[in-house]
Amino acid sequence: MASYSTNEFKAGLKVMLDNDPCAIIENEFVKPGKGQAFNRVKIRNLKTGRVIERTFKSGDSLEGADVVDVAMQYLYNDGEFRHFMVPDTFEQYQCDEKAVGEASKWLKDQDSCTVTLWNDAPLSVSPANFVELAIVETDPGVRGDTSGGGGKPATLETGAVVRVPLFVQQGEVIKVDTRTGEYISRVKE
Amino acid sequence: MLNEWQPACSIENLRLRAQVFEDIRRFFSARAVLEVETPLLSHSSGTDPQLDFFTTDYCSPPLQHTLFLQTSPEFAMKRLLAAGSGSIYQICKAFRNGESGRFHNPEFTLLEWYRVGFTLPQLMDEIAELMGVLFSGHRTLNPTQRFGYQEIFHRYTGLNPLEFSYHDYCAYARDNHMPEAVSICGYDHALWLDFIFSHNVQPQLGENAVCMVYGYPACQSSLARINEYNSQVTDRVEVFVNGIELGNGYYELTDAKEQGRRFDEEMSIRKQTNRPVTVKDKHLIAALEAGLPECSGMAMGLDRLLMLLANSASINDVLNFPIHRA
Repeated sequence: MASYSTNEFKAGLKVMLDNDPCAIIENEFVKPGKGQAFNRVKIRNLKTGRVIERTFKSGDSLEGADVVDVAMQYLYNDGEFRHFMVPDTFEQYQCDEKAVGEASKWLKDQDSCTVTLWNDAPLSVSPANFVELAIVETDPGVRGDTSGGGGKPATLETGAVVRVPLFVQQGEVIKVDTRTGEYISRVKE
Repeated sequence: MLNEWQPACSIENLRLRAQVFEDIRRFFSARAVLEVETPLLSHSSGTDPQLDFFTTDYCSPPLQHTLFLQTSPEFAMKRLLAAGSGSIYQICKAFRNGESGRFHNPEFTLLEWYRVGFTLPQLMDEIAELMGVLFSGHRTLNPTQRFGYQEIFHRYTGLNPLEFSYHDYCAYARDNHMPEAVSICGYDHALWLDFIFSHNVQPQLGENAVCMVYGYPACQSSLARINEYNSQVTDRVEVFVNGIELGNGYYELTDAKEQGRRFDEEMSIRKQTNRPVTVKDKHLIAALEAGLPECSGMAMGLDRLLMLLANSASINDVLNFPIHRA
């Protein structure tokens, strides 16, 4: 893998730091008029998701990380691993729960998602921004309430719990924004 | 890409720049300070161990010379001072290779001025007056602050910047979530000061006010004179507003021998750190030998000043064609 000098650091660049793959979020050049130049870098550890700040002496370099985002289809869960497939090549990958992380509560068989690969091994999974899931359990709504005022919890087929308006019923399919976990609308089948 | 032919800054900021230039010229004209112009191209360069130069080839057959684009007009202006110009100023371009970021463009505009007979405190008075003029009508500033380097460094870090304690500095770095400082700085006192000052002191300086920090540690003296009463500090001042470094001033070194010695020292540091070799400016040494009058001088980055006046987050907002559009 190529190495990158501080002046090539820009948002989105994937590099190795402390043996973990990381993505650069922000790079600020700091230089006193008379003095050493530094780069203050905000960086996300792609394994843990944690964001840290690290300073480098300008001109120092980091090794690039072989990290790519690949669009895949979620196939099934065998109890230990979740299986994904690249639609174009039919190549399959299996991910453990750690790599799937929070995405697990939005993943329905056949749905598309993005799998981040590090050295061709799954590092993390991001669901689509919007998913459509059926409600498997929620209290019956109060008759006449169509506004959605306070809302109520609803359990979805994937296990996620979201707040939905009172008029939304068990068995209905709803659209949810996975970035915020918020109900967007009902989906007419 | 389609719009790259257009200026990065607004037309309003072009006007602001013109206004600032006019205010500066009126300010110095009223004080009988002479406006001068010196070459951007020179046969020699500074020896500052932290600066990289732009070079170009001068062809005058059969000879070919390398010429340097100036990193500041300091040496040429000092030659004028030694020749008896009296107090002088100029607004010019300066060039520093590889410096690019939110506060840096490799080609930038400097205001540099020298006051014959001024000590550092007198220069600081004049800086405060000039800043008052330039900010009036744009921003109401809090009263100007003046701090000794040691005092302000200690206030924000609890460390003594004049005495190097490896143990204390390392402990500070660990306690302040910057353990990388230990491997970057090692036993280099000046580097530690640069690191800690730029990370944890500078951002706090001059909240909506002009903040002047004077009395820099002797290891960061550059071309300033060592203080007459305390050899641990140097007669150097830096100006900050909202944590942004605007400029740097000195009670100028006039001793040719001492200057020659510092050049040699800086050139050997450049060699150790594998920076391009530079050529010592013989003309400056000769001018100092002929006699530089007692004077103080200041260099101020006008692009950053414009950023503050325009409330901009990036230098690109005040430049018409920053380097990537130039």
